[in-house]
Amino acid sequence: MMIPAMTPEGAHPLATTVARLVWLLPLLPLLGFLINGTLAMLGVAKVGPADPSAGHDEHAHAAHTGGHDDHAHHAPTRHKFAGIVSLIGPGVLIAAFGLAVACFLAMRGVEMEHPYIVTLYQWMPVGDLNLAATFQLDQLSMVMVLVVTGVGTLIHVFSVGYMQEDPGYPRYFAYLNLFIFFMLILVLGGNYPLLFVGWEGVGLCSYLLIGFWFSEKANADAGKKAFIVNRIGDFGFLVAMFLMFANLGALDFGNVAAKAAELPMGGVMATTICLFLFLGCAGKSAQIPLYVWLPDAMAGPTPVSALIHAATMVTAGVYLIARSATLFSMAPTAQLVVALVGGLTAFFAATIGLKQWDIKKVLAYSTVSQLGYMFVAVGVGAYVAGIFHLVTHAFFKALLFLGSGSVIYAMHAAYHATHKHDDAQDMRNMGGLRKFMPVTFYLMWIATLAIAGIPFFSGFFSKDEILGSVFARAHGSTLADASLLGVPGGTILMLIYGLGLASALMTAIYMTRMMLYTFHGPNRTGEAERPHLAEAPWIMTGPLVVLGALSLVGGWLNVPALLGAIGPVGVLDHWLEPVVGEAALRTTLGAAPHMTHETELMLVGVAIAIATAGIAFAVWRLKPAALVAKKDAVAPQGIDRILENKYFVDEGYDKGIVQPTLDVSRVVLWKGLDTGIIDGLFVNGSALLARAIGWMGSQLQTGQVGTYAWVLLIGVITLLGAFTFR
Amino acid sequence: MLVEALALSAVLFTIGVIGVLTRRNAIIIFMCVELMLNAVNLSFVALSTLHGATGQVFVVFTMTVAAAEAAVGLAIIIAIFRHTQTVNLQNINILKG
Repeated sequence: MMIPAMTPEGAHPLATTVARLVWLLPLLPLLGFLINGTLAMLGVAKVGPADPSAGHDEHAHAAHTGGHDDHAHHAPTRHKFAGIVSLIGPGVLIAAFGLAVACFLAMRGVEMEHPYIVTLYQWMPVGDLNLAATFQLDQLSMVMVLVVTGVGTLIHVFSVGYMQEDPGYPRYFAYLNLFIFFMLILVLGGNYPLLFVGWEGVGLCSYLLIGFWFSEKANADAGKKAFIVNRIGDFGFLVAMFLMFANLGALDFGNVAAKAAELPMGGVMATTICLFLFLGCAGKSAQIPLYVWLPDAMAGPTPVSALIHAATMVTAGVYLIARSATLFSMAPTAQLVVALVGGLTAFFAATIGLKQWDIKKVLAYSTVSQLGYMFVAVGVGAYVAGIFHLVTHAFFKALLFLGSGSVIYAMHAAYHATHKHDDAQDMRNMGGLRKFMPVTFYLMWIATLAIAGIPFFSGFFSKDEILGSVFARAHGSTLADASLLGVPGGTILMLIYGLGLASALMTAIYMTRMMLYTFHGPNRTGEAERPHLAEAPWIMTGPLVVLGALSLVGGWLNVPALLGAIGPVGVLDHWLEPVVGEAALRTTLGAAPHMTHETELMLVGVAIAIATAGIAFAVWRLKPAALVAKKDAVAPQGIDRILENKYFVDEGYDKGIVQPTLDVSRVVLWKGLDTGIIDGLFVNGSALLARAIGWMGSQLQTGQVGTYAWVLLIGVITLLGAFTFR
Repeated sequence: MLVEALALSAVLFTIGVIGVLTRRNAIIIFMCVELMLNAVNLSFVALSTLHGATGQVFVVFTMTVAAAEAAVGLAIIIAIFRHTQTVNLQNINILKG
């Protein structure tokens, strides 16, 4: 890593503050990655991850009686470097978070007209393309950096408790640190290609961590699935970058925005670039039709699900659109597509979430659904609302995932203690856990109320702002004037609003359902396991408490004017105004979206009513007492069966895309192209051709001197003739 | 005089070529080759009236080479005859690839 050269932006007010150390932000986790990675390799001599035989104490095994299979049942073995890894892994994150907070404070102290850009070095000076590796620190990336390092720190600390006994502990932290490094590159990168480096990097870490316990095929497959589905999205991102360079002649955020503003409003080029960018976002942020990898990504360790697949990485698509706000504001049709896909995803995923039994699958579909909300927000040009929901979602969803991790940890410990082998993630095996783990119980209820949108919890503010923005833009915005496939934009926005309300209702229902089945009703773990159920250690509950507090008060980041009585209005609005304000105003035709007080009150009232109705419905309808353990459960019928099987989308993709691709690969590419044309025609064919020509030549050599003499004569006559008569 | 000499030379050369191409006996072919050589010698001598003595000097060289060639050629033919009991070239194709 090199020390950044002094840049022309040295005159920027931030240049004299601690913010000039912004390059140190990603460097810290990278350092952690290098150290932890080295330790992981030093200790790799004998163990593999969760290998049934790895780290297995033979004596302990011999002492056990009965026919358990030993899967996931080894004596606690700590990696020999566990101690130092526990220091370095979260340590670098705490340092990075500290630095981020310092940068934030420095930013608050100065007047910032333009983003602060630090040029590290010239990266790709090729012809017209003159790319530098630059970090761009502005209000938007600051928010992202704070979320990534802040939530990241909490999850790292939680991981110390959750993963400590895993034989791959240093490897885990190496990956986690590497992820943070790439995530910071993603949010700090000053141009699209550098953002793309981070984008691919987090994808890689996601792959590595989903398949962390790779000795089980299902986990490795889930990793591959995530990687491959994301490549489809990356194709879109790449094409968008090519188009940007070809048509706008720039790839850094500032110039792209400046050039984009000169494009014709609603023109084909802006729309095409935006749609390709959105394809990238749909892959990374799990939107229809590329959402299928995210639920499978739950195969990774639970803190990973919290960090990568809920709080940070999957929101990169939302960040990308907010970052490209100017571009999107020039393409209302593309915005409508984004919002509509977001709304459909929110609705679709919520319906699936209603019938999942795996506690992490409920949360996974909930994440997909909430990401849909964020895309609705950035789609309708309410970028602040999208980022706001991104932040509050990071709080409460990280809390939910870590809480579920704490539950799984307790369940697993209980099963481990009694050598029982059952599904530690299935809610049908839980029930009544409130007695055993009260801290987790209360904190998860906070997160549940937040995500459901109960007033004054964080999710209420952000979700309400999104729904309000959609409603407000149905009249008097570029979106309302645009149309999609002949349907006027206003109609589509109202449809999205309806989808949002329906999703909000279902969110309240499925989250309450999850809480009821997990923590309420009778305990279904079994007599032997019950005494072993216990609250997780403080190192795991500590981060939960912090996240709980954030989920409670996160909404005060952006209090709507309507509720101005409870706190300062629109802090985040004001903070992000320099970055996305202009683009947002373009969508709303230059004026802040205005709604009458009555309309606003009505919208808030509807939202509250729906959230409350959802929770009440779930409490009234669901009977945790009637639930039976997973092994006794009967197969669902009808609509339940469809929902529990996620609309059979995976099966459909398998039949419609995966198998045909495999068939084409096998028949056309392998048998036809590789074996037939490459091997047959080119390799063996050229050999055959040489042999045929050789054979023909050899036939000329009769050994008859007379023949040779004839040939000689004919040659001489030909030559003489040629020279004479030319 | 020159024209007649060159015409004779051409006739002799053609006879030599036809002999080389059509006959099978190695000795006869050998003699036909000598005939071609001497046809060329004849034209050299004839043309020396136009171009000076160079042609005549060349003839001396040619005869020298022809003598050497005759020695080597006849030796080869004898060796072949000893080996195959024939000098018919159709039966000799050991050069075949």
